[in-house]
Amino acid sequence: MAQHKVNYLADGGTPVVLTTVDKIVNFGRSNSLWPMTYGLACCAIEMMATGGSRFDFDRFGTIFRASPRQSDVIVVAGTLTKKHAEFMRRLYDQMPDPKWVISMGSCANTGGMFNTYATVQGVDRVIPVDIYLPGCAPRPETLQYALMMLQQKIRREPAGMAQRAKRLI
Amino acid sequence: MRAYKPKDDVQKKSYYNDRFYITPTLARSSIYADSVLAQDVSSLSNVVEVVESYIEMEHLVIIINHEDNVKAIKHLKEIRAYDFMVELTAVDYIAAKGGFEIVYEMLSTSKHKRIRVKAFLKQGLAIETVEPLFRMADWSEREMYDMYGVVANNHPNMKRILMPDDWIDHPLLKSYPLEGDEAASWYEVDKIFGVEAREIVGPELRDAACVDRYDTERFSRLGHEVTKGTDITENEPDTPIRYQEEGGVQLFGKKLVTPFDEIETTYLKERR
Repeated sequence: MAQHKVNYLADGGTPVVLTTVDKIVNFGRSNSLWPMTYGLACCAIEMMATGGSRFDFDRFGTIFRASPRQSDVIVVAGTLTKKHAEFMRRLYDQMPDPKWVISMGSCANTGGMFNTYATVQGVDRVIPVDIYLPGCAPRPETLQYALMMLQQKIRREPAGMAQRAKRLI
Repeated sequence: MRAYKPKDDVQKKSYYNDRFYITPTLARSSIYADSVLAQDVSSLSNVVEVVESYIEMEHLVIIINHEDNVKAIKHLKEIRAYDFMVELTAVDYIAAKGGFEIVYEMLSTSKHKRIRVKAFLKQGLAIETVEPLFRMADWSEREMYDMYGVVANNHPNMKRILMPDDWIDHPLLKSYPLEGDEAASWYEVDKIFGVEAREIVGPELRDAACVDRYDTERFSRLGHEVTKGTDITENEPDTPIRYQEEGGVQLFGKKLVTPFDEIETTYLKERR
């Protein structure tokens, strides 16, 4: 049998923490944000770099999942065309609540330089966005910062809050 | 003396145009400048009617009637060894001539010559497919249909290739607006939420630089967060950005991460 050698009376006191349900739930949620493996254009390259070892998303508890059913963040990385909009909405609908959206880059925010007939002028026309990250394309550091902002947002709001239906129809 | 032009609507026109501007054109030379290409033309004129032919930038350009396209391309491929079809497309000349120019770009990998076969097609007519001769024509003709609405007869799979199947109109026509017609601008809203959601989502915002800094209903600016819907046109409060790491991270009463302290920090004498 493993002998546990924690001296409860020294150093930290007894291992009892007093907190609120909101705080402990948000602690868990904000530190294990699993984004969906989903890239649309060149921003996805930066997103992949952020997930890679140099910038290392894993240290935020952020691990890319290959299924919408296992993920709670969708990073819309790139240009959303009108043809693709309904598929992205379907993927978003497949994600379990609570879920968050980071709109990454100018194209996802506003349509960017694609002021054309075939591009959705901002993904917020299709899904509700939590964090708008400007840049073309944003550097991995800024995506990390966007994720930290999202974590702060999650920690700020009550745990039941995200269950509420968001804007957009 | 310069010719008189009426100046009634002069202010409605473009305020500046270069009077001395001449649209540059490529120099055309006779087909007899190149003996190989001249042979191609004379051989082809035995099979189909060659309306016009000339050499432009070392390209042989042949203009034929649109009914002869399969015959001409079959001849060029099988007899004249133009074994590679590089490009197949249409050009919109509806305003000027009331139809499309169908362009076939071909390359001979053995003769190292390039050839461009053009045919004029009146609007509303369809062209015969060249897909049995060149497999690449499958997608090119679908693209031609998608972008210009020019149908290729007897094509095995004549449907749109780039735009969604329920898209209205053909986007590369000169008459098509850059920002899309009404069906295009509401396409994703109609498809996902239905037409009745148009009012809720609102029209597209085409000015990408437009930011309403006082819109607290939809946005909360970083460092200036307020309660949703607060009117901040008079004063914008600053909210300090706090990081979890400031002051150290506490877990179970013990500090896991201590904040940076300049006095307590020890510096290394040299790099290890």
